[in-house]
Amino acid sequence: MIPRPFEYYAPASILDALGLLQKYGEEAKLLAGGHSLLPMMKLRFAQPGHLIDLGKISELRGIREDGDTIRIGAMTSENDLIWSALLQKKCPLLVEGARHISDPQVRYRGTIGGDICHGDPANDHPAVMLALGASFVLRSSTGERVVPADGFFVGMYATAMHADEIMTEIRIPTPASGTGSCYSKLKRKIGDFATAAAAVTLAMKGEMVSQVTIALTNVGATPLKARAAEDSLRGKSLTDANIANAAHLAMSICDPSPDQRGSAEYKTAMAGEMTQRALRTAGSRALR
Amino acid sequence: MATKQAVSMKLNGKVVDVVVEPRELLIHTLRENLGHTGPHIGCETSHCGACTVDLDGMSVKSCTVLTVQCQNSELLTIEGFEKGGVLHALQECFSEQHGLQCGYCTPGMITRAYRLLKENPDPTEEEIRYWMAGNLCRCTGYQNIVKAVQFAAKKLATKAA
Repeated sequence: MIPRPFEYYAPASILDALGLLQKYGEEAKLLAGGHSLLPMMKLRFAQPGHLIDLGKISELRGIREDGDTIRIGAMTSENDLIWSALLQKKCPLLVEGARHISDPQVRYRGTIGGDICHGDPANDHPAVMLALGASFVLRSSTGERVVPADGFFVGMYATAMHADEIMTEIRIPTPASGTGSCYSKLKRKIGDFATAAAAVTLAMKGEMVSQVTIALTNVGATPLKARAAEDSLRGKSLTDANIANAAHLAMSICDPSPDQRGSAEYKTAMAGEMTQRALRTAGSRALR
Repeated sequence: MATKQAVSMKLNGKVVDVVVEPRELLIHTLRENLGHTGPHIGCETSHCGACTVDLDGMSVKSCTVLTVQCQNSELLTIEGFEKGGVLHALQECFSEQHGLQCGYCTPGMITRAYRLLKENPDPTEEEIRYWMAGNLCRCTGYQNIVKAVQFAAKKLATKAA
């Protein structure tokens, strides 16, 4: 199984990569970690004439805190996210999400930017990005724009990114200290995509929920932000009844496709279950 | 046919030069061009881990890496483990603890375990299972594979002390 022939480029800078992207336009594809694109190319689902590898661009890697924002280079690997002391301390949801992705070998190669830009609703970072209120820096040869994660995912394998743009950075507002979070994922086996998963961040004031975000993986054409479920919990306590009600509201926006992972009904029910589990765990991790 | 590219890499300590089409997968270059048939092709879809090699300090599935991506890289395959007729501790322990049955997954298992023990010299059983999860054994011999990695960790610690 090998891809169709293509020309390969390994630019050393973002500027060089943008130049190549402009030159080859729709014929070109950007290569990040390659663990979604190369399998698609081997199956001939993707047949780019020109492959632009971002792997040698060191300015696209790294994790740092800048004021109250965590800034992550788009080509930072899943493994680097997992071992980042900064993220473990200040943004454990991202670490927990990355630990659920595929397997160790894939996580050495797979990148956060690649996972997001692929637009696959089965990928784990998109829902985590929605829950964290992240935004994405997109650079083209004419300039740079910053796009919120909420609204970035527009359909199956479709995002708000233009063909002449490269995602350079992911920006995450540093979660307030004391915030609890959880990524709860149901999968059939290691390496599988989610049957359903839920990402939650939660801040408590005494026994009341002061802030909550809920986002779902792989139960629609895009990751889903469960707004009604979030609204239902603000100012309430985390009782079993309130959690069950939020889970029902989250289930009401699910529209999964039936496949070998289960029927639409089963996946929807599991999205509810993952929402409940993520809320309970995030609640136990939040400081009162 | 796309333009062929020259790629220079260090394979088990020796510089090798190849000229490949950009679409050539690393596992094919290793096996067919460089005669390194230790890394196996199991699924060719980055699921099974039989083709695992160590690339610049990372365990990777060489069926999902292009050879052209490896310019100036350092590669370690199972062929690079034995030194002067002496087996590596992992090879000894896989043998002593019966960590293989048919042997097909073994080169990938050992190569992955090598990097795991570099990063975590004293892993718990749970950690071994989590960090070895990218390698499948269809003889279902995981029990002894985990044991072999644990014994190798001990043996390597004794050697280092």
